[in-house]
Amino acid sequence: MKLVLSQEQQELRAAVRGYLSTASPLSKARQGYDPQVYTRLNGELGLPGLVVPEEYGGSGAGMAELAVVLEETGAALLPGPFLATAFTALALTQVPDKELLSGIAEGRIAATIDGAELTHDGAAVSGVLPRTLSGMEADVLVVPAHGADGLVMTAVELAGPGVTRTPLETLDLTRGQALVTLDAAPARVLGPAPESGILDRLRVALAAEQLGVMRAALDAIVAYAKVRVAFGRYIGSYQGVKHKLADMHCKLEQAESIVRYAAWATDESPADLPEAAALAQAYVGRACFEVARDHLLLHGGIGYTWEHDAHLFYKRAKANEVLLGPPRIHRARLAQLLEL
Amino acid sequence: MNLAEYRRAARAWLQENAPSDDHPEADGLTRVKEFMAKLYDAGYSGITWPEQWGGQGLTQAEERVFAEEARHYTLPTNVFMIGLGMTGPTIVDRGTDAQRARFIRPLLRGEEIWCQLFSEPGAGSDVASLQTRAVRDGDQWIVNGQKVWTSVAHHADWGLLLARTDVDVPKHKGLTMFVIDMHHPGVTVRPLKDMSGRANFNEIFFDNVPIPDEHRVGEVNDGWSVAVTTLLHERLSISAGVGMGGQKDNPASLEALREVVDTSDPLVRDELVELHIRSRALALFNQRLAQETKAGIFPGARGSAAKLLLAELAMYQADLGTRLVGPEAALADHPLARAISLAPGMALGGGTNEIMRNIVGDRVLGLPPEPRVDKTVPFKDLKVGTQA
Repeated sequence: MKLVLSQEQQELRAAVRGYLSTASPLSKARQGYDPQVYTRLNGELGLPGLVVPEEYGGSGAGMAELAVVLEETGAALLPGPFLATAFTALALTQVPDKELLSGIAEGRIAATIDGAELTHDGAAVSGVLPRTLSGMEADVLVVPAHGADGLVMTAVELAGPGVTRTPLETLDLTRGQALVTLDAAPARVLGPAPESGILDRLRVALAAEQLGVMRAALDAIVAYAKVRVAFGRYIGSYQGVKHKLADMHCKLEQAESIVRYAAWATDESPADLPEAAALAQAYVGRACFEVARDHLLLHGGIGYTWEHDAHLFYKRAKANEVLLGPPRIHRARLAQLLEL
Repeated sequence: MNLAEYRRAARAWLQENAPSDDHPEADGLTRVKEFMAKLYDAGYSGITWPEQWGGQGLTQAEERVFAEEARHYTLPTNVFMIGLGMTGPTIVDRGTDAQRARFIRPLLRGEEIWCQLFSEPGAGSDVASLQTRAVRDGDQWIVNGQKVWTSVAHHADWGLLLARTDVDVPKHKGLTMFVIDMHHPGVTVRPLKDMSGRANFNEIFFDNVPIPDEHRVGEVNDGWSVAVTTLLHERLSISAGVGMGGQKDNPASLEALREVVDTSDPLVRDELVELHIRSRALALFNQRLAQETKAGIFPGARGSAAKLLLAELAMYQADLGTRLVGPEAALADHPLARAISLAPGMALGGGTNEIMRNIVGDRVLGLPPEPRVDKTVPFKDLKVGTQA
């Protein structure tokens, strides 16, 4: 089991962090998706192709590396379809498709994935997807569909015929969703839908982003506690504040340990993946929201204003906590895996 | 010898010599002292300690290999842990050559048992406010006062004593460290029952006990810096052990509880899932700290976060276990009744949860310190302990 970052992984982290700090500072996050930032994320850093196998033009890296990147995009509250594309690339490692994988690796395609099961008539899919992550920004949708050959994975061009997209107003200002209606939209069959493995990978990837969100939230309130004075003292010197921050740090340490473990299990120990993935969502999803919540509260009144960034973290943390379903399903999964 | 050979030799030695029963200390001191002497003679006590003073002069790598092999056994070394983990390293770091020559080898060989005498009734978290006095009298010092929470004092031959030698200076500047003879008739050791009914520690009274000046450790009035050395070793030895022990003997572990509660009840299942989540979160954090240490990243004050989490988990799981099991957990001989009685100890010994949070806040997060009123005031003018 490997829970400590390698030299190369630390360098990757520094490169992504450096890029995002200039290209997508927090002050820009609330303005939403900037396609130019996303293009450079592809061009200069090759990030969306990170987990794409080398034979399709990607870097062939593992979840451990992707987790390092998602932590940074999470900490920056990066708007746009990066998480959705990473989700899709992870799914496609289980149902390989040359066109999509090489398109993602080259940065030509932003993709998204949805778990709703549609119907497939051999050439086209139909159905309603009420909340597709980054549905307005993505070029391609990967979605399972029932057809004559059972459940298959299909790919739909979102700008193509038979597709109606409506942007949704989301709680999280920094990442959008769309209502996608498919009415006999042309769809390409990628292969049979794998029985398992895709959703677990998404759970782990999301936990990595959540780790970044909570780290950035904690950093922000710790920095504020060192400069904000009340009653003649820095607020960070009060135990009422300090002890809460210490508890938040403890959550962060444990969350990071779980994310490293889950990434390792994805890459090296598939038998441990289901438990690790459920654990990652059950612990990190909750911890991320709690830390984002307390970081907002400890800012005092300023943290409740629209102008301050605290609510961006708070809302991203909440949106992420429920993104892959109500959290009780992760706990129920753990109970099942533990054979309780 | 390379590490693989070292491991094979250690494994073979342990197979041959480690006690096979679960409670090897039940037979008393003679047997554990015999075992410690065997351990030392085989080269497995003081593995990283300097050769010059009786250690093996090997590296952390060998020590780790031996610890990994020894984890499969319950070695009867508890009574020596204060010496090995705290007072011995302090003598090596801060003692004189004469003290190292006199004390280290018998300590490593289990011939002499040590205790540590810092805390007092009026000085717990704030140990630097202690009141036990050592007054110079020619070539010796005369000690009067009281210590508390002293583990293994009833077996101890020597104690590492922190005492006040100057009351006219601020509290941290008037302390001196000594080695005191626990067999002197002026030393009274009284067992102190903890809330679980066991007497695992003691209170100690000093009535005009002389200490020769050659048993002073460090400079006069520089005892606080020596104590910091000792406490650093204490935290290291606690966090090194954290998460290493198995959960098989813990009646409040998931493994134990699932055998005795109704797991078809969804409410019970969810409680057990929560226990699993918290246990795994801490176990993985401890494993990550251990891997970092191996990679040369010193965990430092982050060990205090691990200690805090361990204390909270111990309290939480004993509490949960009793609630899940119900009325029978309230009978004194039930394992969970013992667990709930022992649980607060972890949150108090080795630094309270509040002190751990201060350490994490100050040293890990770099938060501003609490304003202090006690740093510049002469000790004699300071309010200490419990005063109306």
